[in-house]
Amino acid sequence: MKAIVEFKQIRKTFGDKVVLEGADLAIYKGETITIIGGSGMGKSVFLKLLLGVFKPDLGDVLFDGQKISDMGERRLSRMRRRIGMLFQGAALFDSLTVRENIAYPLREHFEYSEDEISEIVRSKLEMVGLPGTEEMMPADLSGGMKKRVGLARAIATDPDVILYDEPTTGLDPANTKRICNLILEMQKRLNVTSVVVTHDMDAAFSVTNRLAMLYDRKFGFVGTSDEARSSKEPIVQNFIRGEMETGDG
Amino acid sequence: MASSADKINSRLHLTFLELTGRRILSMLRIVGGVSSLAINSVRVLFTYKLAGNEVVQQFVAIGNKSFSIVTLISFFTGLVVALQLSVGLGRFGLKLYVGTIVGLSIFRELGPVLTSIMIAARVGSGIAAELGSMVVTEQVLAIEAMGANPIQKLVLPRVIATTVAAPILTTMANAVGVLGGMLISVSESGVTPKFYLDQVSKSLILEDYTSGIIKAAFFGFFISIISCYEGLNTYGGTEGVGRQTTKAVVYSSITIFVSDFFLTKLILYF
Repeated sequence: MKAIVEFKQIRKTFGDKVVLEGADLAIYKGETITIIGGSGMGKSVFLKLLLGVFKPDLGDVLFDGQKISDMGERRLSRMRRRIGMLFQGAALFDSLTVRENIAYPLREHFEYSEDEISEIVRSKLEMVGLPGTEEMMPADLSGGMKKRVGLARAIATDPDVILYDEPTTGLDPANTKRICNLILEMQKRLNVTSVVVTHDMDAAFSVTNRLAMLYDRKFGFVGTSDEARSSKEPIVQNFIRGEMETGDG
Repeated sequence: MASSADKINSRLHLTFLELTGRRILSMLRIVGGVSSLAINSVRVLFTYKLAGNEVVQQFVAIGNKSFSIVTLISFFTGLVVALQLSVGLGRFGLKLYVGTIVGLSIFRELGPVLTSIMIAARVGSGIAAELGSMVVTEQVLAIEAMGANPIQKLVLPRVIATTVAAPILTTMANAVGVLGGMLISVSESGVTPKFYLDQVSKSLILEDYTSGIIKAAFFGFFISIISCYEGLNTYGGTEGVGRQTTKAVVYSSITIFVSDFFLTKLILYF
């Protein structure tokens, strides 16, 4: 299988704090991989490295074989067109309607007519189960609806990779289930690579092919869900059972 | 006893030095960060398409936010300057020259500086709070993640709109301030409105107006770039938004007063 994203011997520090040290990970085309780990273990840093927002101090992050750190602004922008991201709080633009939020990446990267944009927005909203909400403002949406609009925006450009940052945090069980189903559906319908960063182990096991656990500043465990369940590593078992001490104190 | 007092003294001394050093370093960091954002903004202006609609929207918002407060402040400034001058110049029998001095002081100094202070308080705080909220809710990261440039989308429109709006608001403040001065001159100095306005127009030359306007444009630029910098460097949730907003107003106000001296000197030189 071909890797679409590769982390090779990544070191990333902030001042004196070493967040990642010798981190290696390959993410393969079409798979769903879940990144787990305690607070402050570098999950957000991992996402920002993947997006090219942070540059590693050492090592390389590769997207489709290309070094992200070597990319200029234009190439970086083209790469980001191929990545959709669902943010923890959805990160919808407060001043724009649902339609304009979803149209934002389309206007950025393509020269679509208004009719074409309307059609894409309509189809993406339908895909996430929110037809007819185009003219609503983000402030009028519930937490679960915001996440779904965020997902519609993430898939607007038909990306190759979708990043989910804590997709189920703050949601009630019904919405958590709905978001998990949407993640599975996106993979099935769009055949995308999904990278899910989460604390929620139930959600992780329900959507993922593989799990990668960040500890000791690297991906200390990488394997399938079954391998994670049967892992002899106490730290993996403790995290899965919710008994691991995290940076939260 | 003496030696422990000495130790405490030297520790206090060290703490003072340490604190001063930290303050200077932090100030230099801010100056460096703001300069870097300003240079990047100029680069983005020439390499990316300008979001014209956003510039117009920001310009209208700045006008709406600042129009009434700038009018009010400049009107009362005109009143009080004329009042003080009519007392001061009255001692020497020079009440007739109130118009000349009101015009010069408002056009050259008070108009641009007070208008800019109001813009810093009204617009600068708004910019820092808005961008700060966008940072803590990851909206700025979302712009980057979607392949757009936050400087092009957020910083440039605000900087251009504020830099253009400041001279326009200053022009308006000059006019209102002079009118405020006229009311007091007529009532306190016993001159006619026509005499007062004649005096103002005869004593002012174009350079008095342009020097104030040039300064206002610079102040507008400083306010917006500092406020954008503080907003984009927000951390620590909603508490951070409040902190950065205060910083934006304080640093903008300091920059207005400090740069006022140097800009005045520079303009006089040319």
